[in-house]
Amino acid sequence: MAKRIDVSGLSAYYGSHRAIDDISMTVEPRSVTAFIGPSGCGKSTFLRTLNRMHEVTPGGRVEGKVLLDDENLYGPNVDPVAVRRTVGMVFQRPNPFPTMSIFDNVAAGLRLNGQARKSELADVVEKSLKGANLWNEVKDRLNKPGSGLSGGQQQRLCIARAIAVEPDVLLMDEPCSALDPISTLAIEDLIGELKERFTIVIVTHNMQQAARVSDRTAFFNLAAVGQPGKLIEIDDTERIFANPSVQATEDYISGRFG
Amino acid sequence: MASTTPMDTPPAPPLSSKPGTSTGRAGDNIFAGLSRGSGILLLVIMASIAVFLTYRASLALSKNEGNFFTTFEWDASLTPPVFGIPVLLVGTILSSIVAMVIAVPIAVGIALFISHYAPRRLAAPLAYVIDLLAAVPSIIYGLWGALVLVPYLDGLNLWLDQYFAWTYIFDQTQPGVARNMLTVGILLAIMILPIVTSVSREVFLQVPRMNEEAALALGATRWEVIRLSVLPFGRSGVISASMLGLGRALGETMAVATVLSPSFVLSFHLTDPVGGTFAQNIAAKFDEANATGRDALIASGLVLFFLTLLVNGAARLIIARRKEYSGANA
Repeated sequence: MAKRIDVSGLSAYYGSHRAIDDISMTVEPRSVTAFIGPSGCGKSTFLRTLNRMHEVTPGGRVEGKVLLDDENLYGPNVDPVAVRRTVGMVFQRPNPFPTMSIFDNVAAGLRLNGQARKSELADVVEKSLKGANLWNEVKDRLNKPGSGLSGGQQQRLCIARAIAVEPDVLLMDEPCSALDPISTLAIEDLIGELKERFTIVIVTHNMQQAARVSDRTAFFNLAAVGQPGKLIEIDDTERIFANPSVQATEDYISGRFG
Repeated sequence: MASTTPMDTPPAPPLSSKPGTSTGRAGDNIFAGLSRGSGILLLVIMASIAVFLTYRASLALSKNEGNFFTTFEWDASLTPPVFGIPVLLVGTILSSIVAMVIAVPIAVGIALFISHYAPRRLAAPLAYVIDLLAAVPSIIYGLWGALVLVPYLDGLNLWLDQYFAWTYIFDQTQPGVARNMLTVGILLAIMILPIVTSVSREVFLQVPRMNEEAALALGATRWEVIRLSVLPFGRSGVISASMLGLGRALGETMAVATVLSPSFVLSFHLTDPVGGTFAQNIAAKFDEANATGRDALIASGLVLFFLTLLVNGAARLIIARRKEYSGANA
């Protein structure tokens, strides 16, 4: 279940280019942590190091430690595939499997885990869709393709797919940036409910969103284009937005740059 | 005129100007006319071919003393002419099925290896070599088939007959060298491999990154990513690729004519050295045929034409039925 993330001295590279430099932070279980910062500051890259998705990019490489409770995700005998089964991810654009039905989309992760007993599967699919506040909209067309849903529904379908395997952590990479305000609101409400069960990390460009949904906020910045991104500060969201301890954070939040 | 007063904004071209007055508009019209003309020309050519084939075929069919659909012989140059297509139809379909069964899985495997497994250093040259196979003229394949493949496959035929006769298709009921549908099918498989591979490879490379990441983020292994994202997305592309290959296999002439020694005996045993295909029969008989004989060959060509149409139509149906689930909606 929900686990604590403890990152220390983490740097990520694309080939020889260092994208993020020496990041350390702690994320408490059953909380929402938002990453904000200007484009290119490495917040998405950092997010993708938390489930070992960064290294699937050609040239992607990571140094440092990510502890999930006490287990280092980058330990020598850790299988990245196993890591991704315990750290779920929701992407910027909704990406349901286009050839699969709504039911099969939610069941996909369970089937990968070899948990394919039919009655059990139906229960988990229903529970996950209810958990993603999508059940009432799709319960009559579970065998229709997931790509036929609206963008907001597709994104909630992706959330249902991610939580169906009961991950320890849920990573969200700008989950609302392709959605209209009403769908965005639905997802934000959902995040509030999901944090009862999961550790949630969300990257967002929308500072109001960070203020609305998160308990803690981390501000990332980069000195100049081509320089690695750095963590400037992480603190309680109220503190970051009311009285940040670093001037750059205040400048960014008040719209003076970025 | 008001437009000459300095108070006005710079004069914009009047909206009511007739189309075709500016050069841009004229270019538009010329291009539209050209492309429409090309479209119509294509239809005219197709219709002329169909009319020509049907007319010449009807000349021969009206003189045919045998039954076109049930006679097991081809003596179209005799008087009266006797000819029928069942042997050719069965031979064409059998050899193409053998070719597809062998070529499509291998081609999909190669395409997946190039697009998703091979390191980039290896993938590009490998793709190039596969494409190069397509540039080899079919007569070369035919010669290679007749001189190398046939003697080499004799042993295989005996072995298949000995241990797999119970499968019926490998039961050799008539003795002879390996000039049979199995050899033809293997040869055709090699010939259609490049086209099926390169079209499949292109489709697999177009799988959106986010579809693959969806599977990866769920904890899918490389094979599971392919099964969840790549193959479903590429399914219609692989079907199209296979149909392109099948089209070539159905119509392949020289290679088949070089390997097969034509005999009008119907057999569903792949290892029997008998049978023929439409294209091979036309190539073998056309030179020595008289007028009626040629018309009869044209009649068989018409059947091949419809067979190809049927195959393509079926492929389109398969693709259209899956459209709701197609990757294009993503």
